[in-house]
Amino acid sequence: MKKYIAIIRIRFINSLQYRAAAIAGMATQFAWGLMEILAFSAFYRANPAAFPMEFSQTVSYIWMQQALLALFMVWFFEGEIFASITSGGIAYELARPVDLYSRWFCQSMANRLAKAVLRCFPILIVAFIVPEPFRMSLPVNAGQFILFLVSASLSLFVVVSFSMLIYISTFYTLSPMGVRLISAVLADFMAGATIPLPFFPPAFLTVAELMPFAAMQNMPLRIYSGNIAGTDAALGIGLQLFWLLVLVLIGRLLMKNALKRVVVQGG
Amino acid sequence: MKFFSMHLKSQMQYKVSFFLTAAGQFLVSFTSLLGVYFMFTRFNEVEGFIFQQVLLCFATSLMAFSLAECFGRGFDVFPLMIGNGEFDRVLVRPRQEIFQVLSSKIELTRIGRLLQSIIVFCYAIPASGVIWTWDKILTLFLMIFCGSIIFFCLFLIYASFSFFTIEGLEFMNIFTDGGKEFGRYPFSIYGKKVLNFFTFIVPLALFQYYPLLYLLDMKTSVSYMLTPLLGLLFIIPSYSFWRFGLRRYKSTGS
Repeated sequence: MKKYIAIIRIRFINSLQYRAAAIAGMATQFAWGLMEILAFSAFYRANPAAFPMEFSQTVSYIWMQQALLALFMVWFFEGEIFASITSGGIAYELARPVDLYSRWFCQSMANRLAKAVLRCFPILIVAFIVPEPFRMSLPVNAGQFILFLVSASLSLFVVVSFSMLIYISTFYTLSPMGVRLISAVLADFMAGATIPLPFFPPAFLTVAELMPFAAMQNMPLRIYSGNIAGTDAALGIGLQLFWLLVLVLIGRLLMKNALKRVVVQGG
Repeated sequence: MKFFSMHLKSQMQYKVSFFLTAAGQFLVSFTSLLGVYFMFTRFNEVEGFIFQQVLLCFATSLMAFSLAECFGRGFDVFPLMIGNGEFDRVLVRPRQEIFQVLSSKIELTRIGRLLQSIIVFCYAIPASGVIWTWDKILTLFLMIFCGSIIFFCLFLIYASFSFFTIEGLEFMNIFTDGGKEFGRYPFSIYGKKVLNFFTFIVPLALFQYYPLLYLLDMKTSVSYMLTPLLGLLFIIPSYSFWRFGLRRYKSTGS
């Protein structure tokens, strides 16, 4: 366990080095969030009755999404991992006395966490002081907030275990670009990155909520905003756990299989 | 043109990868389209625009962006070129610098996005209820043409910043990728302030919102039809910024 904590720590410190990039990133995400909210508010004005969640909930959803972008977006891949597979660097990795799945898992988790920690506070602070109706609201009570924390961590694990599948697929295809793009785009859309899931048409929503993608950003963001509460939230967290187990299991199986027949590229 | 065919040939060496990436690009904008569609199945109109009219807007922004991107992606790797000293080699060659930067990378997989905008146009042009007289056709042409030039200028500004910072500035994404993403709706829905910003400072609304009003007969004055041309004035500040950066450029060493 100690070595995995060490990996997380090294990665974390490493990512914290890029402060200027973080400031630019924050400004971008803040402006992005604001534009999204303005668009939703135009739809809200057009027909408040058709709005599937409260407007303030949508606002909180979007701010929190922007603040924690690095945790939840599937498309934040680790270029390093892809490179180590295609360049042959994997040979070194295999020689190390560390389980490769866990190592990569920790590595991408730590990088995401560092990025998010660095960026979330300034965005959240500004989001809490902008004028109404665009101000972010606190969760209804402490219990809800704890549920959000649990769900957010699970969501991070699910996202990482899903991206592990994509890393592993590189063993088979060697050319990750296309697969990477397609799976990331689909996953993010189904997870509510483009529009929150409640805005999906009802039939589509029923299907989407059962898929593993709903266990990604959809769940914690809706719990935070108060759109999902009580037993629904507990059920949702259960579903997240279920998908996490399934994804990790598949990932480990595929990895074992791939490593059995791995051909190291180049020298 | 010779550079173009060279890039085509080299990318065609990896056919599966090429098509998958193009398909991915298609999908990226497809989910964005799906988002718009879902919103409109719930709300029938926004700020007086219906779905088919917004699609005209969506397709124009997307096509203008992808045209600019096909040729302007060289600017994306420009911070790298500066960082590793590659740009010094460019300076000693007897060709225009911008041309050389551009021809260093032409991203043909963006064809997926272009294809999408064409498909959306095929649906939206008849469905939008516009009676397509010659002036409307000209307006649409101006929107796309001037739009891609404005996006191109934004890429140029993005690249020029790296003369000063060596690194790319993520913030510019708001105007490039953001311009495409938010351009899916007419800029007026974001409110007066945002509209003014995108009219006078970063003139994205000039090729998107104002001529759209003319297309939809919401405004009849010819001046609305010609606003995209006004947007071309954006070339002046962006090109001067590039020249300014170029003059100040001191090599980074190899």
